[in-house]
Amino acid sequence: MHMDDGAMNDPIISVRGLTCGYGRRTVLKDVSFDVGRGEVFVVIGGSGCGKSTLLKHMIGLYPPMAGSVRLSGADIVAAEGEARLEILKGIGVMYQMGALFGSMTVLQNVGLPLEEYTDLPAEAIEVVSRVKLSLVGLEKFGQVMPSELSGGMVKRAAIARAMALDPAILFLDEPSAGLDPVTSAELDRVVRSLAENLGITFVIVSHELPSILSVADRVILLDAQAKGIVAQGDPRQLNETSKDPRVRRFFDREARLPEPLSPAHQAEAFQPAASTAAEAHT
Amino acid sequence: MLVVRLSGDLRAAAVARLWRPAMERVRAGDLKSLRLELDEARYIDGAGLALLVQLHAEAHAGGFSVELQGLPPRYRHLLDLALRAEAADAEAATAGGNANPLRERLELLTHDLRELVCFVGESAQVVYRSLRHPKGVRWPDVVTQACAVGVQSLPILLLIGFLMGLIMSFQSVITLQRFGGEIYVPNMLGLVMFREMGPLVTAILLAARSGSAFAAEIGTMRVNEELDALTTMGISPVRFLVGPRILSSLAVVPVMTLFFNFASLVGGALVMLSIGFPLVTFTSRVFANVTAPDLIGSFIKIIVFSLLVAGVSCLKGLRTGGGASAVGRSTTGAVVSGLVLITVADGLFAVLFYYFDF
Repeated sequence: MHMDDGAMNDPIISVRGLTCGYGRRTVLKDVSFDVGRGEVFVVIGGSGCGKSTLLKHMIGLYPPMAGSVRLSGADIVAAEGEARLEILKGIGVMYQMGALFGSMTVLQNVGLPLEEYTDLPAEAIEVVSRVKLSLVGLEKFGQVMPSELSGGMVKRAAIARAMALDPAILFLDEPSAGLDPVTSAELDRVVRSLAENLGITFVIVSHELPSILSVADRVILLDAQAKGIVAQGDPRQLNETSKDPRVRRFFDREARLPEPLSPAHQAEAFQPAASTAAEAHT
Repeated sequence: MLVVRLSGDLRAAAVARLWRPAMERVRAGDLKSLRLELDEARYIDGAGLALLVQLHAEAHAGGFSVELQGLPPRYRHLLDLALRAEAADAEAATAGGNANPLRERLELLTHDLRELVCFVGESAQVVYRSLRHPKGVRWPDVVTQACAVGVQSLPILLLIGFLMGLIMSFQSVITLQRFGGEIYVPNMLGLVMFREMGPLVTAILLAARSGSAFAAEIGTMRVNEELDALTTMGISPVRFLVGPRILSSLAVVPVMTLFFNFASLVGGALVMLSIGFPLVTFTSRVFANVTAPDLIGSFIKIIVFSLLVAGVSCLKGLRTGGGASAVGRSTTGAVVSGLVLITVADGLFAVLFYYFDF
């Protein structure tokens, strides 16, 4: 396995032999990888290759068919009760659509984990929440309901909530999905600044090429056919040097579908000539 | 060898006319080979392509050969794509074909049962724990839910109660008048409302009004991944969402039953007043006949009913699948299961009360 730096001697996440799927269908088979402390680690791949499935298994939402996921040294698959709670407190998750609680204000959303797990007085919780919101540039929107925020703001608020308990690892599911390029770039900047200033480890699921190139330290490329990792490393390096057709297909944005028609043929095929009914002769 | 020449435009309109005779001909079973001459076909649309694809499939099944002559290259490409898609489809069908439907149903059933048992256990634990450690309960949520369940449903509850009392007394008065027995209407009304109708109608209203809301709220949260978010925060959705709903139902529904009973008595009193009985006659006859065990029995009933309704509605919400239609399904399911459970439990109570002479 390719190791980038010394950080990998002490990985914060290590996944070993993870096999997972739904019902009888296996989506990923025997996947193993490590994530170094403070790394921005991006899981990439075309749609349907199991990126989100991998993420949901890494945060313990679904039990895998086989394998282990160690987060900061503790196996989330095997952990139960209090031990599991301790692991969960050490991670934060931003879901694809934000998953903010619609019945609470943004500030209350961010404060919820603090309310649940700390004995801080309400006043202190409010201050902490406001600080977290300011980290993602939403300090003015604390009293707003989630339904009044734009898509990008919802995701930023969700990151603030995920950071409420100062977790060591943040998981982001498709942060740029459904965002315009400018908003997406802002979100990338938030991620980079949090990683660099606070040393948070990020695990991001994404398929947005520009975002991946600007934000990732290291990527793994999943493939639906291989049911696992087909390439890993620095995305810029992969982009420039890799000759693997599967990697090329992703970075060159090549269509997986059969050759499209040439434009000339296309124009012909879909432009009807003057009509006469078909005749059949035997 | 059958030779068919198709000329002009092969579009949906023409294909619709051609399809049946063409299929009848190739399915007759006496074909060795088929040649389609398409040199003069100028335009082929999706339906035309489907005809060619189907002819290929028939040839494969019937063991004859198909030759396409003069198919313009631009359509050759589309046809290849379509044939490849068909082949992939057939492959997928055979790959999934060895699943045993009976076994799958059974697995689903055991899964559902296990979930139900887990849910009942977890809810009971939540209620027990919140009674023992009231500090851990999210009381603001309980109050919000209590308002939604109780206070906001008061107008409709009072209206139904009043009308039911009025109608029931009115109908009984008409019948009993023939025997000069109108004076017994208050006795009947008090007994029926306190023992039977009060708990039953309140529970039905709870299922229809609040149970559906529970299922829809929690179901939408499931669809929006909010439940997943709770789980990864280490917060149990049962404790966080189901707990306050069950607690608030338990707290307000008995009070709602009392309101209902009161409204029905008002309705009954109106009828009795209108046929010339003084109010004091009505009230004294009602309260002389309704005893403490009647009231206690009605409280036991309504507490069980509200547990069942709130519990099953929340469970349906938690088990919502993906998409908007799933939320609709679980909402319907919550009301239907609630009503069924209420009726079954009411029947059991009738038997039990009779048996224990309560």
